[in-house]
Amino acid sequence: MNNGIKIGVPLLIVVALAAIAWIGTDAFHLDMLFGVIIPYIALALFIVGFVIRIIKWARSAVPFRIPTTCGQEKSMPWVKQAKLDNPSSSAGVVGRMLLEVLCFRSLFRNSKAKKDGDKLSFGSAKWLWLFALAFHWSMLIIVFRHLRLFFEPVPAIVTGVEVVDSAFQIGLPIIYITDVLFVGAVTFLFLRRVVLPQVRYISLQNDFFPLFLLLGIGISGVVMRYFFRIDIVAVKELTMSLVAFQPVIPENVGPILYVHLFLVSVLLIYFPWSKLMHAPGIFLSPTRNMANNNRAVRHVNPWNYPVKVHSYEEYEEEYGEKMKRVGLPLDSETNAG
Amino acid sequence: MRKGGKIMFFTALFVVVLCAPFILNMGSAQAAPDPSLDTPEINALQEKECIADTEWMRENHMQLLDDWRWEVIRNGATEYVAPNGQVYDMSLDDTCLSCHSNREEFCETCHDYSNVELYCWDCHNPDYEE
Repeated sequence: MNNGIKIGVPLLIVVALAAIAWIGTDAFHLDMLFGVIIPYIALALFIVGFVIRIIKWARSAVPFRIPTTCGQEKSMPWVKQAKLDNPSSSAGVVGRMLLEVLCFRSLFRNSKAKKDGDKLSFGSAKWLWLFALAFHWSMLIIVFRHLRLFFEPVPAIVTGVEVVDSAFQIGLPIIYITDVLFVGAVTFLFLRRVVLPQVRYISLQNDFFPLFLLLGIGISGVVMRYFFRIDIVAVKELTMSLVAFQPVIPENVGPILYVHLFLVSVLLIYFPWSKLMHAPGIFLSPTRNMANNNRAVRHVNPWNYPVKVHSYEEYEEEYGEKMKRVGLPLDSETNAG
Repeated sequence: MRKGGKIMFFTALFVVVLCAPFILNMGSAQAAPDPSLDTPEINALQEKECIADTEWMRENHMQLLDDWRWEVIRNGATEYVAPNGQVYDMSLDDTCLSCHSNREEFCETCHDYSNVELYCWDCHNPDYEE
């Protein structure tokens, strides 16, 4: 597909979404729609969609034990087993999953093939791992920090995270480290898809759309905090009223808040039906969440149905008489009738 | 659905965690804080005006204080010309807090509510409590 279309269209969609929220609240005063109704609908659709996708996955058959093995499997006592890369016990599987989910261990193995003279060589390529890790952890911390808008009094752990996140005390409002990391990492992940020709070739619109959407959310949040400096007390008034199901639209908040909120709502609606579902999907990966004990334990496919068989004994009982007549040998003469 | 029980348990747990703000705030609508201007100093003023209008101060007070800190410490400046032309001393203690002497009811109501850390008191007026 033409690069202009596959990058340009998702970008235009995100810009249009932001513009809709800005114009809708600034010119048409649809604050109730963008501040209350759409966020509620988005959250409901997120939960319903999320659960539906999980149920679909949970119902699909996993007939075979197919863990990917990335090290020495459990063998003789004097052979050292790679317990995390080729786990044979549940504890090993949990350890492997934790490394995968928290540290992106399989991305760490990302390698780059290149031609070295006549030879093909593989080098380490850690950039994707590094920025993916920076992005996901920043996002988690940013989402967690937002809890200050949903609790009164604010739990101490949220305050603690916030203090650490703003430890540099640069500027006022103080710059959050994760804000910088988030926007930087998403930008990198976008540039990676554009700059590397092979990655650009396999990238699709639904790879670019979530990137632009996340970038839009990040930028609108950053702009709102550091440049517009909208009234945070009014924002909390709105969020607290939303979680108490007694929505109040505050004054003194600009359209930028609704742009941010609308893009987040779009993300919530889009999430369950997109590749972003890799978040719960990682836990359901049959190649990761099973122990490799195929040689120690017999695994019968639980989806096997009872197969109808017609054994030779039954065959001979049925046709023994005819077989005898044409002179075919029989296992048991009693079948000759 | 061989591990269905386990999967649904964790999915339900996720949904409950996601909805925690709704569950824990059930039925308790909180009023936003209302910073108090009721201090003897402000009550004694004939014309109750800050160095700039309320709307501007609400959005920009943190940057104003940051600018003041920079100007005083780095450039040795001490005078601030307000938008209305009046000249003020660039001092948190002697200018801001001389009127807003009720920092618990003024500064901290909003700052506590929105969980924005105030590190002014690390240096300024630390003995306020006494």
